[in-house]
Amino acid sequence: MSTSSPAALITPELVALDLVAADRDEATRHLIDLLAAAGRVTDADGFHADVRAREAQMATGMPGGIGLPHARSEHVTVPSLALARVPAGVDFGAPDGPATLIFLIAAPAGGDSDHLKILAALARRLVHESFRDSLRAAPDAATIAEIVTREVAPS
Amino acid sequence: MKFVAVTSCPTGIAHTYMAAEALEQAGKAAGHDVQVETQGSAGTIALDPAVIAAADGVIFAADLEVKDKERFAGKPTIDVGVKKAVHDAKGVLAQAIAAVEAGVVAPAGPTAAAGAASGGLSTKVDKNAGVGTRVRQWLMTGISYMIPFVAAGGILIALAFMLANLAWDVDGPIKVTQVTAEQLINSFSVTSGQDWAALLNLTGGAAFGFLVPVLAGFIAYAIADRPGLVPGFVGGAIAVTVGAGFLGGLAAGFVGGFLALWISRWKVPRGVRGIMPVVVIPLVSTFITGLLMFVVLGRPIAALMDGLTDWLNSLSGGSTILLGVLLGAMMGFDLGGPVNKVAYTFAVTGLATEGLASDATQYRVMAAVMAAGMVAPLAMALATVVRKSLFTHAERENGKAAWLLGASFISEGAIPFAVVDPLRVLASTIVGSAVTGGLVMAFDSTLRAPHGGIWVLPLIGNPILFVLAVIIGTVVCAAIVIVLKSLGTNSVVAAEQAADALAESQETTGVTAPASA
Repeated sequence: MSTSSPAALITPELVALDLVAADRDEATRHLIDLLAAAGRVTDADGFHADVRAREAQMATGMPGGIGLPHARSEHVTVPSLALARVPAGVDFGAPDGPATLIFLIAAPAGGDSDHLKILAALARRLVHESFRDSLRAAPDAATIAEIVTREVAPS
Repeated sequence: MKFVAVTSCPTGIAHTYMAAEALEQAGKAAGHDVQVETQGSAGTIALDPAVIAAADGVIFAADLEVKDKERFAGKPTIDVGVKKAVHDAKGVLAQAIAAVEAGVVAPAGPTAAAGAASGGLSTKVDKNAGVGTRVRQWLMTGISYMIPFVAAGGILIALAFMLANLAWDVDGPIKVTQVTAEQLINSFSVTSGQDWAALLNLTGGAAFGFLVPVLAGFIAYAIADRPGLVPGFVGGAIAVTVGAGFLGGLAAGFVGGFLALWISRWKVPRGVRGIMPVVVIPLVSTFITGLLMFVVLGRPIAALMDGLTDWLNSLSGGSTILLGVLLGAMMGFDLGGPVNKVAYTFAVTGLATEGLASDATQYRVMAAVMAAGMVAPLAMALATVVRKSLFTHAERENGKAAWLLGASFISEGAIPFAVVDPLRVLASTIVGSAVTGGLVMAFDSTLRAPHGGIWVLPLIGNPILFVLAVIIGTVVCAAIVIVLKSLGTNSVVAAEQAADALAESQETTGVTAPASA
């Protein structure tokens, strides 16, 4: 439907396959560094502070082993998603246990609504077990990026 | 069932949409239609009003204030945090289904008031219920908004009596009601206990002035939504003017509500449609309600009151005990309505007779009338304590205030009970009040004050027997209402209990989402 083509939400460079992290802060930081390296976040510390502030409001651990740290921040240039698989799991405050799939959503403070719609679509997909399973089973970063891009395409 | 939901969260990026998807999926899995309005950062696409109108229930899974909440007014609603919908959408849906089946907004009584405070008025109406249940739900809606007025007004007046006892002397409760608003405005002094007592009394009286209009207004609101408010309130106010009491208020609520509902369904040209809710519906429905209340209801009530007064006067020479029984029965008949008022006025008029002996029949009549008027609220308070399970949450709450109101001779404390279940409650209050009225006469108690309840005890002759008569009547009345209520089931009470049980079981089971590997 949409004819505009916003910059890809996720690229293989933004995927960490076997992340080891002591806690949610460390896991989040790793993903922020990926975003910063890709030039999507201008100030890693500033954005990290925004994510922490959001996390402090309400933990973002979701059912099904999902951690979903996120923030709208002025330090974000392009709406982006960084994704980590953490086989050992890291606690994100979900009642049903630690998160093994972590999605860091970075949204610009004044994000236009096309981008925000894509993020909304992503959040909706996360509810589906098949989507989560396909990401867990994907062989490499490129496949993960491709699955996400395909699934959240505006329909 | 069909549900509409609103989701929102602080950032408006993640939870809003996950909750929306989770609710839609849970609905799909359970065979219910769930349509969600995501009030998130990607822009809100408002639900089609037709979809909202068709919905059986409403789910607010919102951490932010729901935008345009009034769109959902008048539907069974549950309000859960967004997080609960994300983690346990199935449970939220089950809760919403229970709320619809129960036809109540939430298991706890104060929710209606809380909903009103946050901008959205709530009702207890389930559009799919049977006629009997819906009538009861309309009444419950009216009552739930009236009860705070009863409690606030009644307690203020009771406090005024108490303080008046200290500020004047034993006849303080008489003097306090003689202070007019003008006198109070011109001479209010912070150090005067009398002024404070008068202030409490006038404020309480102002709150009491709203009882019947609020009752009628919100019955009409439950029937017709917003368009019902004006004819309901105005009809209720006219019921007060013509002395029709709460029964007149019930009539006004139903008349106003159905008129508004009927007019709102008229097929009108597009140009007129815009002014229908603001101008046409309130104007036409209110005028017709006023016409009916003044002309159709007002005259028979006036005739009834005249007839009853003549009849009472003709009885004055006969048996005083029989007169006490009759006056008592009248006091319990409509709790501040025309029949009650005739009995009360008959007694108060007698007080004004010049040069009465201290044991004059007039004083005994006053004692019988006041004692009988105290029975109904006291008996309802007693019944809610003895047999909790027969009463709704709102009634039990109201029962607590009813102790003080009854003790202060404020019969209106029993109205909330009588509105939902008039036949059973009024049958019991008539008998209980009649017993007390007859006993007071038999005990030769007297009273020189027109009101005040136990706060004018020093003005009562044979006070101990007076109190005994009140207690006996109260016990009789409470016993009758308990027996009568035990004979049938009350759908609203049953539904509330079911909702309570469900809420409890959900709290104990907790979250049941599957753990991941």
